[in-house]
Amino acid sequence: MPSLLEQYLPLVIFIALAAIIAGALLVLPFLVAFKAPDPEKLSAYECGFNPFGDARMKFDVRFYLVALLFIVFDLEVAFLFPWAVAFKEAGSFGFWSMMFFLGVLTVGFVYEWRKGALEWD
Amino acid sequence: MAVAFFYLFSAVLIASAFAVIVSRNPVHSVLYLILAFVNGAGLFLLAGAEFLAMILVVVYVGAVAVLFLFVVMMLDVDFAELRQGFSKHLPVGAAVGAVVLGELGLVALGWQSAPGAKEAAAAPIVAGVSNTAALGQVLYTKYFLFFQASALVLLTAMIGAIVLTLHHRPGVKRQKIEEQNARTRDNVIEIKKVPSRAGV
Amino acid sequence: MSFSTALAHHFLPETILALGVLALILIGAWRGTRAFGLVNELAAGLLGLAILALFFGQTSEASLFEGAFVDDAFARFVKVLTLVGSLVTVLMSRDYLQRAKLGNFEFPVLVVLSTIGMLLLVSADNLIALYLGIELMSLALYVAAAFDRDDARASEAGLKYFVLGALSSGMLLYGASLLYGFSGTISFDGIAKAITGAPPLGVIFGLVFVLAGLAFKMSAAPFHMWTPDVYEGAPTPVTAFFASAPKMAAVAITTRIVFTAFPGIVGQWQQIVIFLAIASMLLGSFAAIGQTSIKRLMAYSSIGHMGFALVGLAAGNEAGVRGVAIYLAIYLVMTLGAFAAILQMRVEGRPVEKISDLSGLSRNNGTAAFFLAMLMFSLAGVPPLAGFFAKYYVLLAAVDAGLYPLAIIGVLASAISAFYYLRVVKVIYFDEPAPAFDQSPLSLRAVLAVSTVFLLGFWLYPAPVVEAATAAAKSLF
Repeated sequence: MPSLLEQYLPLVIFIALAAIIAGALLVLPFLVAFKAPDPEKLSAYECGFNPFGDARMKFDVRFYLVALLFIVFDLEVAFLFPWAVAFKEAGSFGFWSMMFFLGVLTVGFVYEWRKGALEWD
Repeated sequence: MAVAFFYLFSAVLIASAFAVIVSRNPVHSVLYLILAFVNGAGLFLLAGAEFLAMILVVVYVGAVAVLFLFVVMMLDVDFAELRQGFSKHLPVGAAVGAVVLGELGLVALGWQSAPGAKEAAAAPIVAGVSNTAALGQVLYTKYFLFFQASALVLLTAMIGAIVLTLHHRPGVKRQKIEEQNARTRDNVIEIKKVPSRAGV
Repeated sequence: MSFSTALAHHFLPETILALGVLALILIGAWRGTRAFGLVNELAAGLLGLAILALFFGQTSEASLFEGAFVDDAFARFVKVLTLVGSLVTVLMSRDYLQRAKLGNFEFPVLVVLSTIGMLLLVSADNLIALYLGIELMSLALYVAAAFDRDDARASEAGLKYFVLGALSSGMLLYGASLLYGFSGTISFDGIAKAITGAPPLGVIFGLVFVLAGLAFKMSAAPFHMWTPDVYEGAPTPVTAFFASAPKMAAVAITTRIVFTAFPGIVGQWQQIVIFLAIASMLLGSFAAIGQTSIKRLMAYSSIGHMGFALVGLAAGNEAGVRGVAIYLAIYLVMTLGAFAAILQMRVEGRPVEKISDLSGLSRNNGTAAFFLAMLMFSLAGVPPLAGFFAKYYVLLAAVDAGLYPLAIIGVLASAISAFYYLRVVKVIYFDEPAPAFDQSPLSLRAVLAVSTVFLLGFWLYPAPVVEAATAAAKSLF
């Protein structure tokens, strides 16, 4: 499919350019920078002490709740793209079909709101 | 040229998928997973499924992988301990993997499609209609049932997430704007006559 | 047929439930924590309305939504069973959930959402409808399993069920992709048309993966591992739900897919179904013997019963499907009755679930003891109770199809399983009385009584069930 590749040629060039610049920035310091490696430079410390505990800790489950709700609405939006593009072809049936879809998710949204899932007490 | 890109994407995809399971640091695993998603999107693009490619990037890289990162970065799990059983379970796991791989190989080697299947499966997209538009023309009308069923699946996911995780701490003081607005001088201020030298 | 008439004639139960559940969510969201009782009653009303819609609706066959959805006698028969299972669960759950401080309106909402998934599943006529139905059904079930989220065992049950359920969905999808790759179509009919002559390896792998995924959902051995733990850990009304409605849908779609998508390769899927049937029957019989928890006992019992239902499927003919349909109906009544009895097991306000807690029930509560004993006899398949006829129809179909070894193993498994059912009866009638149970709510006693009367009276007047099952089986061929 030559046409497809041609369409994406700018993107390919863009990514290649980004990769080259990023790669160069990674490699150049090894060649030109002053180096005095020391393991202590890389070790973690807390106010001059060795760390007392692990950096991992239990986070409030609400973070995940927000992320999950975000994914649900992200998917909802994903369904809107083809609908917008093919709005005319889908006709009135397609329009009402999407309205019902949005209605279902709006009910979910009302539920979330009333439950206080969007609040961070 | 497209073939070269196909092999590039596939090679990186397989390598990063492998890196997901072998890397010691789980955060690296997730980053490799993102790389795998991006390459998968590249493969979709080569196959002409541009909309799916973009959705893979938006939804999987943008949302799902972030959630994964959340989970592995913020969970209080000792990963060194988790990995202890690795060598013990390796033989069984490897055996199961080898059997599945062998079966896959058998299927791939002996693969044959029904006559006419390829033509039926290849989407008959009218020339000049973009990928996304072609999807939009069938998704909301022809596949009405699937579309609405997925709305209900998303609704269930929403309710499930809230049922299982939402909890309100008791005694939290919230700002209630409507109550603040409803306050008038009459119902908040009480005027008392205080006799001198008696206190309130 | 225009879209709206199609909806009104053949999609009415699903429409009622889908629109109704949205209203329930809004009511619940508005009334907050006080909504449980009202939403529970309304959910029961919706499910009842859907049953009425099926009884008084169209009796013609129709294919809707570009061949994604089929409405035939088989679908309607199983849908009634599924809806009855959900309805009775909703009715039975109220008291338990309120006492356990789990009276949230989300529970009936999840049951209705899951039921919509089951109805779609029962009517699925292509691979995508099959998958979406399964996911909608299962997603709500995962949440329901962990509904008591502060209880470690319930959370464990939910997580286990979710992980294994996701695995099974993956297997199902993999199989579906192989089938699509082979035939170039997602419709069951199209797959059947594409398979001519000896099937290539890809189709057989696809078939095996799809059947394995479905066996997970109906918890047939060797895909049963989650069942005992989930049944034991989940709140009892949820267990009652798991043991009733989803099994109807899973067995029904398995039956539909093998007969509509793979009629040309009966020999291939018959092997798998026979293996599943034998493994489930034997596991259900032997593993249940050592159980002390009545919920675990019911878990193994349900695995065994799924094995018997698959015996009918293994026969691979119309009589076999009729046997499966009758089996499902009678199994549903037995299970709901048994769980109505288990939900009544409550001493001084706390639920108990050991078999030994039933000791001497006959002296504490003679009526309940009699009903439970009849249920156990029926589960064991003792004539003239309905459980006997259920087994009779499937085994007869297997014998007619020439599957003698399978039928003999079925009879043996039935005899072994009688041991532990009869042990429960012995505990009820001959052991020293344990502390008496509390007075139980009317709904539970009513379900127990009605189900026992059905089981006792089936042999007098089996015609309605048998005729409906015959019509259902006919519509698949």
